[in-house]
Amino acid sequence: MLKNFFPNKILSLNKNFFTVLIVIMISVIIVGLVNALITSPPDAVQGNSVRIMYVHVPSSFIAIGCFGFIGIASIATLIFKIKIFPLMAKSIAPVGSIFCLISIVTGSLWGKPTWGIFWVWDARLTSMLILLIFYLAYIAVWKFIENYEKANKTASIIAIIGSLNLPVIKYSVDWWNTLHQPSSITLTSAPTIHYTMLVPLIIMLLGMIIYSLVIFLMKYKTEIIKFKIDRKINKK
Amino acid sequence: MLSRKVKLRIAVLTFFLIVAAALVVFVLRSLEENVVYFFSPTEVNNKENISFNKTIRIGGLVKKNSINKKNNSINFVITDLNNEIVVSYSGSIPNLFSEEKGVVAEGKLKDKKYFIAEKILAKHDENYMPPEVSKALEKAKK
Repeated sequence: MLKNFFPNKILSLNKNFFTVLIVIMISVIIVGLVNALITSPPDAVQGNSVRIMYVHVPSSFIAIGCFGFIGIASIATLIFKIKIFPLMAKSIAPVGSIFCLISIVTGSLWGKPTWGIFWVWDARLTSMLILLIFYLAYIAVWKFIENYEKANKTASIIAIIGSLNLPVIKYSVDWWNTLHQPSSITLTSAPTIHYTMLVPLIIMLLGMIIYSLVIFLMKYKTEIIKFKIDRKINKK
Repeated sequence: MLSRKVKLRIAVLTFFLIVAAALVVFVLRSLEENVVYFFSPTEVNNKENISFNKTIRIGGLVKKNSINKKNNSINFVITDLNNEIVVSYSGSIPNLFSEEKGVVAEGKLKDKKYFIAEKILAKHDENYMPPEVSKALEKAKK
């Protein structure tokens, strides 16, 4: 499975592959949106403003998941010095950070009609903002540090420190009193979302994951090409 | 299997991570009062050095049949099923504010049982269901 991410396989991904993947992505997202916006029921308490959940929740999952991946890849980079890991981490960072931003913005838009306020400094919201800052720092290091090895080391350390924030984000609603509600989907108990809402949520999550995969693969391919060219130039 | 260099890097990284995690835990524990977004009525009851001049937030459920609207002010009781605090507030009320639902009030304590709120936020729980299911659950409760 990991072999699929080796440079040879990635460099052979061509326009046909991406077209097929994008068609699948658009189909899933259309099905998801129709379900989310039209056919799924309004919430008993929140009414139709619950529909923001179908964008907000998957974005949050993806934002946290991508940074988790970056954290693990960074640890592996620092220990084993595997060449493809920093390239993979670098390629997933932009899409993760965009979903982090979408999570915060859609969350604020959801907060106003439900809580009565756009933003509060409670543990969940604040830790998501901290995640966004770590994302931006990670991307900035790769962008502005010229030397590849230096950028790699610095970015990896930022990613590892930022990963300590991930359990805080996840458990903030359990550890402390927060305005943000507790998790509706957990690993240990049954979901507290009715299946008529859970199914569209999962479809939207799937569509957004495929989108992330498309962007990631495009950027990863570019990063591999850049890396090979840089190496050829520097060998001179 | 693992070279000495790799083993050394694993050791250094693990040590660094444990120190960093311990730091995070320490900071969060000492900032606990600021990380917590609101106090429950029981926490207010148990707190020894509570100040009656500082703006704080309390949260819980709105007690059933406790909402009392007068002119342009409203009185209600916040409960966490163990302790209660009476809240008085004049101002706009969020849509989702209702009995037996969550609420967070920001303001000042007059004493441990009486709170004057400057701002009210509705807090909703983690349950999502269509109106029909909710009505069926209500019926089954009765």
